Amino acid sequence: MSEQLDLMIARVRKGRMTRREFVGRTTAMGLSAGLAGALFSKAALADEPVKGGTIRAGVAGGQSTDSLDPALAASDVPYMINRTWGETLVDVDANGAVEMRLAEEASSNADATEWKFKIRSGVEYHGGGTVTADDVVATIKRHTDEKAQSGALGIVQGISEVTAEGDMVTMKLTAANADLPFLIADYHLVVQPGGGVDAPAAGNGTGAYKVVATEPGVITTFEKHANYWDSSRGHADTVEVLTINDDTARSAAIQAGQVQMISRVDPKIVETLKGDAGIVIERAAGPGHYVFIMHVDKAPFDNNDMRMALKMAVNRQELVDKVLGGYGSRGNDFPINGAYPLFDDSIEQREYDAAKAAEYYAKTGHDGSPIILRTAPGAFPGAVDAANLFAASANAAGIPLQVQVEPDDGYWSNVWNVQPFCASYWGGRPVQDQMYTTAYLSTADWNDTKFKNAHFDELLIAARGELDAAKRKGMYSEMAHIVRDEGGLILPMFNDWVEGRRAEVAGWIADPQGTLMNGTALNKCWLTA
Amino acid sequence: MHPVLKLVVQRIALGLVLLLIISVVIFLGVEALPGDTAQAILGQSATPQALENLRAEMGLDQPALTRYFHWLGGILTGDLGTALTNKADIAKSIGSKLGNTLFLAGSAAVIAVPLAILLGTIAARYAGRWPDKLISAITLTTISLPEFVAAYFVIFFLTQVFPIFQPVSLVLPGMGFWEKLHAIALPVIVLVMVVLAHMMRMTRAAILNVMQSAYIETAELKGLTPMQVVWRHAFPNAIAPVVSVVMLNLAYLVVGVVVVEVVFSYNALGKYLVDHVTKRDLPVVQAVGLIFAAVYIFLNMAADIIGILSNPRLRHPK
Repeated sequence: MSEQLDLMIARVRKGRMTRREFVGRTTAMGLSAGLAGALFSKAALADEPVKGGTIRAGVAGGQSTDSLDPALAASDVPYMINRTWGETLVDVDANGAVEMRLAEEASSNADATEWKFKIRSGVEYHGGGTVTADDVVATIKRHTDEKAQSGALGIVQGISEVTAEGDMVTMKLTAANADLPFLIADYHLVVQPGGGVDAPAAGNGTGAYKVVATEPGVITTFEKHANYWDSSRGHADTVEVLTINDDTARSAAIQAGQVQMISRVDPKIVETLKGDAGIVIERAAGPGHYVFIMHVDKAPFDNNDMRMALKMAVNRQELVDKVLGGYGSRGNDFPINGAYPLFDDSIEQREYDAAKAAEYYAKTGHDGSPIILRTAPGAFPGAVDAANLFAASANAAGIPLQVQVEPDDGYWSNVWNVQPFCASYWGGRPVQDQMYTTAYLSTADWNDTKFKNAHFDELLIAARGELDAAKRKGMYSEMAHIVRDEGGLILPMFNDWVEGRRAEVAGWIADPQGTLMNGTALNKCWLTA
Repeated sequence: MHPVLKLVVQRIALGLVLLLIISVVIFLGVEALPGDTAQAILGQSATPQALENLRAEMGLDQPALTRYFHWLGGILTGDLGTALTNKADIAKSIGSKLGNTLFLAGSAAVIAVPLAILLGTIAARYAGRWPDKLISAITLTTISLPEFVAAYFVIFFLTQVFPIFQPVSLVLPGMGFWEKLHAIALPVIVLVMVVLAHMMRMTRAAILNVMQSAYIETAELKGLTPMQVVWRHAFPNAIAPVVSVVMLNLAYLVVGVVVVEVVFSYNALGKYLVDHVTKRDLPVVQAVGLIFAAVYIFLNMAADIIGILSNPRLRHPK
């Protein structure tokens, strides 16, 4: 057994085995999961980061309309680029905890209406000068200005006043919010000199790498920032982000070794890529999910029995296996999973139950006319297949569910949020409050299930100001139950981040917060060979 | 004035007038779209006051005629304005991308045009026999493949099975000529496959047409070999139709290869245009639209002029 173990540890060191694989195999040999995990960490960390070399990332989701202005970032490529040259006050780490970056400390008053951040001293910008509290204030103010068109506008609007005093930044909030550090970790809120007011797209930040050249939608090249403050990041000499939107070209690029890591590996080709000894497939269970949404204010979905019938009629495991190729996990009809802090994992998993579905359906007294589920190829990858599988399992329970395929063009303006029952997706948010506030609060703009529940709203607002984690968890659990049992959301599956790296890339951590290690892969990884 | 010179000058003047008309059409087309540039910038959050301010700032409150001449004047002086989406200078962005577009199109044309004419000539010489059938079969197969499928085949064989080239055609400033050529080898191969058949078939048809003439029979009776007959007597008289097809394909290589650009992540104009269309970045759409129109007009004009010059009846009028 120890020989086998040594062999596996050697594979881990070379980066040829992931944590999941290692723990799976060693526990199969009789090791406890805890011991296996500890062994993995030891094996993986046994090698010191190697300095030097060039790491290239092939990332999907970039266009020639992209800008280096962090306020405008809206897709994966600009996100990855901004995370490489810029830094925020705090980050959310792979375990869902707040990690201090440009702020050294964060603290709030007793009712979480006022937050103080102490700014790290001596952090240099690529263009010279150091980060000051005034820069932070100016940054927040710029994102508050509607003209900046910031993607973080919804977040900074909750800040009524932001002031600097010495190295302290004080943010007064319009309403209590215990989650502010998670919100302020938003990737748009990169600290720029003078708030980036004069040159928002200059790409001048404090990150481990400084921008050498950028060609939007094609390539951005970086070199190491010599005076970077954090020695645990920035190992390669130069890094590059290539935009490769085509799935086939992206996987060909990593197979040919033209890039060392790629985002968004299609589950269909995972097995093919795994056959290549030079490539390791990485996965992380993220908060993103695929959904079927019913408007609870429109017939026949205004009847909770009908909603329950449909929720019971989805074969979740089948969807995970067939639509996600196994790279995902079953959903439980509320938009939260283990990727979120304060997740209650004791809520019972809903299963496919044709008999119960039929029972609920009989109670509705529905006249048997077809129930139309609208979907489109672009609603989410595999949305048409998923809808057809759903219809098949519902028909088996006697529910006349019928799929109607709509064109991709105009789907988000003509079908989603307009038609009473359709397929859609959500990318997830860093904290539960933000996810629920975005789409489940009665007054939310994107309340795409038209769900209005006064008790739910009360709980949501109260939880924001609750600093006792245990009490807060209880409140979120109650909210989850309400959405799960009364809401218009059918959430059959959470999709994993599935990504690829060359075996010589070390230092990879499965990070559920975002694609490519929450955008930090180029900062944290190094080349072993 | 020599009548040919007169014809050529007329043709060039006509091309310029056409370009001016197209600039009007593009401008009107963009004008006719619901909403305007200010609305496109501000999006859903636009308030009437903010709209008014931005319109005044951008000169959108001026009458359309004034704005048209302002835009036209900008183009003539090389000032295409800035993109709405990322505030980049359009002329600067287009500069490097146009260079890449022409480099790719030029490289493909340098291979495809002579090859198509050669194959067409051989096919005509052996019309109805196996070389003709083989050439037709191969080129018709490659033209029938959708571009992205051809691209995937090429990627599979030349980066995976035989790792000679890189799947992403990365062309950076500072790369040498041969390095650049190596980088774009795969898209060049795909484009050659796509445009070959059309030009080859036209060459073959035009030559076969000429071969029916009485003077070809005379040439054969003189004792020339079949290949000599084709090259010396048939081909020169088949140039006009061949050139017009060649020019059409050249235009396609410049303006129509966005799929190939996307698959190989090649930094060129087609992808630039499509990206900005989806974001409703109208100044960029106008500018690139005009460039593409100019390319079409120029190449068609060139085809006409070569057609005129190759016609002895026009060169030597009685």
